[in-house]
Amino acid sequence: MKIMNCPLNGPRNISEFVYGGEVKAMPNALTCSDKEWAEYVFYSENTIRVVTEWWFHSPSGYWFIAERHTASDEILKTYDPSELFNKRVEFESAPESAEEKTV
Amino acid sequence: MPFSLLKYGLKNDYPFENDVDLPSPTELKKHYDVVIIGGGGHGVATAYYLAKYHGITNVAILEKGYLGGGNTARNTAVIRSNYLTSEGVKFYKESVDMFKGLSNEFDFNIMYSSRGQLTLAHTDSTVRSFRQRTEVNTHFGGKTELIDPQQIKELVPTLNMNPADMPILAGLWHIDGATARHDAVAWGYAKGATQRGVELHQLTEVTDVIVENGKATGVKTNRGTVTCGCIVQAVAGHSSIVAAMAGIKMPITTYPLQAMVTQPVKPFLDPLVSSSALHCYVQQTGRGEIVFGGGSDPYPLYNTRSTLDLKESLLASAVEMFPFMTNLKLMRQWAGITDMTSDYSPIMGLSPVENYYLDAGWGTWGFKSTPICGKSMAELVASGGKVPELIAPFSMDRFDEFRQVNEMGATAASH
Repeated sequence: MKIMNCPLNGPRNISEFVYGGEVKAMPNALTCSDKEWAEYVFYSENTIRVVTEWWFHSPSGYWFIAERHTASDEILKTYDPSELFNKRVEFESAPESAEEKTV
Repeated sequence: MPFSLLKYGLKNDYPFENDVDLPSPTELKKHYDVVIIGGGGHGVATAYYLAKYHGITNVAILEKGYLGGGNTARNTAVIRSNYLTSEGVKFYKESVDMFKGLSNEFDFNIMYSSRGQLTLAHTDSTVRSFRQRTEVNTHFGGKTELIDPQQIKELVPTLNMNPADMPILAGLWHIDGATARHDAVAWGYAKGATQRGVELHQLTEVTDVIVENGKATGVKTNRGTVTCGCIVQAVAGHSSIVAAMAGIKMPITTYPLQAMVTQPVKPFLDPLVSSSALHCYVQQTGRGEIVFGGGSDPYPLYNTRSTLDLKESLLASAVEMFPFMTNLKLMRQWAGITDMTSDYSPIMGLSPVENYYLDAGWGTWGFKSTPICGKSMAELVASGGKVPELIAPFSMDRFDEFRQVNEMGATAASH
């Protein structure tokens, strides 16, 4: 059984956690090109090294960040997302299009 | 015969000098027309068809380990074409047809065994998707039927019809479903390719890809630098890593896929049986062992270790399907590294680098496409980059244009 250290709940069985993908900056969906959006959604470096990833502790509904090596599977560090994201992320609202107004 | 045997026994020479499967290793040449990175099934099949159909024999296959030692040896050897999309079914159907003739073509037994593959439905929505798959398959000439629980019982009398309290409602009976010896497929292709002049270099690791002005011109290896006209990358579980040497980023995430096999028992199971709701597929090999496969691991990793978690969940499902198996002992377990794409379809064709062709993203569906993929890649290379119609839907730029070929629902055990 592999154990992961949850920043909120302490060491738990890895089967309680859900992998949530690499931490990467999201391009502005309103202004970026299709290629940029595809890069963000589908493409990844996918290489052998230590990666910073989103993980989710399913029973407590808690998202956090883990640093893990993609070949040895060693989990080096887990921490609350507030360590990386220390200010509020604002999402720009979509400009109202003519189509939407008629609906 | 005993006399000739005695004669050979007293001889110093190996009696079958001219019948050795593979020629002895040679030095690398300075230049090849085509360099194929990866000596697995796909790589050697591409070389074979290049030599056979296009007369291109100045070809080197560069393999880091040994022939067919990667995912070619690690898959569970399922051959089927009962996919969901027309693009997918057309492609895999060609492959199933080609597999049937390989033993004759190679003059080497690949132990092709057409047993049929049965996928179980436990919900109404799965039955609906089976109906669609039956129609698509039949349309493209495959033999696939929707069958009821009574027919399933007749086909597989040992199957529990109510596994894990999920009654079996119907089955997708894919009569073309088959299995073959996966190593033999790689050996057969390698033998045929090398007989025609292709060079297979084992223990030759590509360490870098030389790209000049957006054009691939050669590779650096642990045995020196080689220039070439073009490069085909066919490296299964390391696609992202090798492509990165050419400066290409890929829409792939790499997961381990584990499988296991029991001690041999008397023949009891003819078809290959799978249930995606139970994340499990079961088949009995020619020598009586029962092979189990399941879903990929829950998170990405470049490692072929086995986990207790997967053994527990996979075998729990297997025992639900075939309760008598509780008494069996596991003999071996292993894992392969699978390059998963988000639409569960492969990536074949051109890359952003000129003269660098991709054969990647083969996730958990690579073995069954070995013949047709090799043939199509050979066509692509021989024509200097004209993508054959059959593989055009699987180009990498489908992700940039948001026109994926979604085969997620057609995997044998949902991943």
